[in-house]
Amino acid sequence: MLEAIDLARPPMLAPTNLTLHPGQLTGVIGPNGAGKTTLLKALAGLSRGPGTVRLDGQPFRPHPQRLAWLPASRDAVWPIPAAALVQLGLGPAAAPDPAAVSAALSACDALALAHRPVAQLSTGERARVLLARAIVARPAWLLLDEPIANLDPGHRLDVMALLASEAARGAGVVLALHDLDLARRCDRLLLIANGAVIADGPPHMVLNTDQLGRVFGVQHGPDGWVRCSRFDH
Amino acid sequence: MRTGLALLCAVLALASLALGPVDLAALWARDPELARSLFIELRLPRTGLALLIGAGLGASGAAAQALFRNPLASPDVLGPSSGAALGAVLAGYFLGAGVIGMAMGGLAGAGLSLLLLLALAGRGAGATRLVLAGVAVSMLLGVAINLALSLAPSPFALYDLMFWLMGSLNDRSLPQLALAAPLILIGIILLLRAAPALDTLALGEEVAQSLGVGLSAVQARVVLAIALATGAGVAVAGSIGFIGLIVPHLVRPYVGHRPGAAIAPSALAGAALLSAADIAVRLLPAGLDLRLGVLTALIGAPFFLCLIMGRR
Repeated sequence: MLEAIDLARPPMLAPTNLTLHPGQLTGVIGPNGAGKTTLLKALAGLSRGPGTVRLDGQPFRPHPQRLAWLPASRDAVWPIPAAALVQLGLGPAAAPDPAAVSAALSACDALALAHRPVAQLSTGERARVLLARAIVARPAWLLLDEPIANLDPGHRLDVMALLASEAARGAGVVLALHDLDLARRCDRLLLIANGAVIADGPPHMVLNTDQLGRVFGVQHGPDGWVRCSRFDH
Repeated sequence: MRTGLALLCAVLALASLALGPVDLAALWARDPELARSLFIELRLPRTGLALLIGAGLGASGAAAQALFRNPLASPDVLGPSSGAALGAVLAGYFLGAGVIGMAMGGLAGAGLSLLLLLALAGRGAGATRLVLAGVAVSMLLGVAINLALSLAPSPFALYDLMFWLMGSLNDRSLPQLALAAPLILIGIILLLRAAPALDTLALGEEVAQSLGVGLSAVQARVVLAIALATGAGVAVAGSIGFIGLIVPHLVRPYVGHRPGAAIAPSALAGAALLSAADIAVRLLPAGLDLRLGVLTALIGAPFFLCLIMGRR
């Protein structure tokens, strides 16, 4: 259980109380700049500020098997081969584990990229390698900032299925995403606007509220999502 | 690769011990006592310093590039090299140009520039802030060196200091080796121990933190180690450029481009490169008195250019 108690990061995130459950796929949706990344980073213990994060009742301490953080940035400074990069996800000075690395790469459909330097991969390919890095240590919690951004439609579906299977093995998966159709595959959705969680519940509830239309300025019509005025009540 | 580099270092060290204006083997036959003291008091410290200073520069360069996640970083950007140079120049003025006095001044300068850097960057500063503070400190110290030179008490003092700043291992003695060796070795050991954390830092500062790397502690330790390994070298030998910048680029392809794993082979390659350069300086015709620091820069700058052009 990952708990946020009065977690706040002014001015981006208002005081927030949340209880996240293992074995669930929790999606965080909201417009650009709403505070999704700020919330995820605070939950991952990567920013300092008011409030506390508790993991199974204990103050959170980082560890490769406890929680993995995947930033939205796909930067790669060094041309490290993909497999060596994924190995780094096992933690500093971890013993080489080629089996775990191959399993993680193939789960992300990136086994063919194993020997390619990450700096030379396309953004989408790099996104899959970096996701493999995040899951390689089989952490209890996965906090992922837009893991399906930059991916083609097929790989988006693959990654959502992978994350569902990670949740099925008992991991708590929290991901920020913008694809409202794929958001339906989550077990729980948090809708964030202006730094506050304004809706929290199963996707069919959160996605069908008037709030969603107001927050994003979109409506679901017969041909899919259409733009509407954000202030049109 | 490490074994090969270590062997290369050993061969170069032997060559460096054998080489010099005096043929030690011939001298040994005539005056064993003089040959022995020449060997112990001149050849040995010179060879030892070339290996150690080169190793310190190589390891520091690899660590700086890993810490700042920037292939263009070099130990010089942090300031301790300039601090050591300024300290040595000032000591040369006020304590006379005794080599030990200048070395002590250099060490004090490196230490003070490190404190200035940490004070400017603030506690828990990110790599960007640290490198900006380092550049500011280096520039400030560079200006201070120029000011100190322009206020030189006599043209002779200016000449001596200018030459000293160019970097050389001529006529270095055992006390200088004894002063620099422990500091450089401690610096290198600290850097080697930080290697796994620096590898993890390739994933970015946030991800490294989430994997349990204590970012501020690693930064503080690596900056201190770089100050020790490079500052002590500059304090006894003057500025020797480009080794710290180039060597990690030579070595990294052989360790799968892992920035932390490059530290140990960079130390060995730095030792080999500086030893080779110091041998080359001694082999040049007598009239051509090329300084070691000038030679490393003369070879280093075009080499670095090729490296960058080849990468495009």
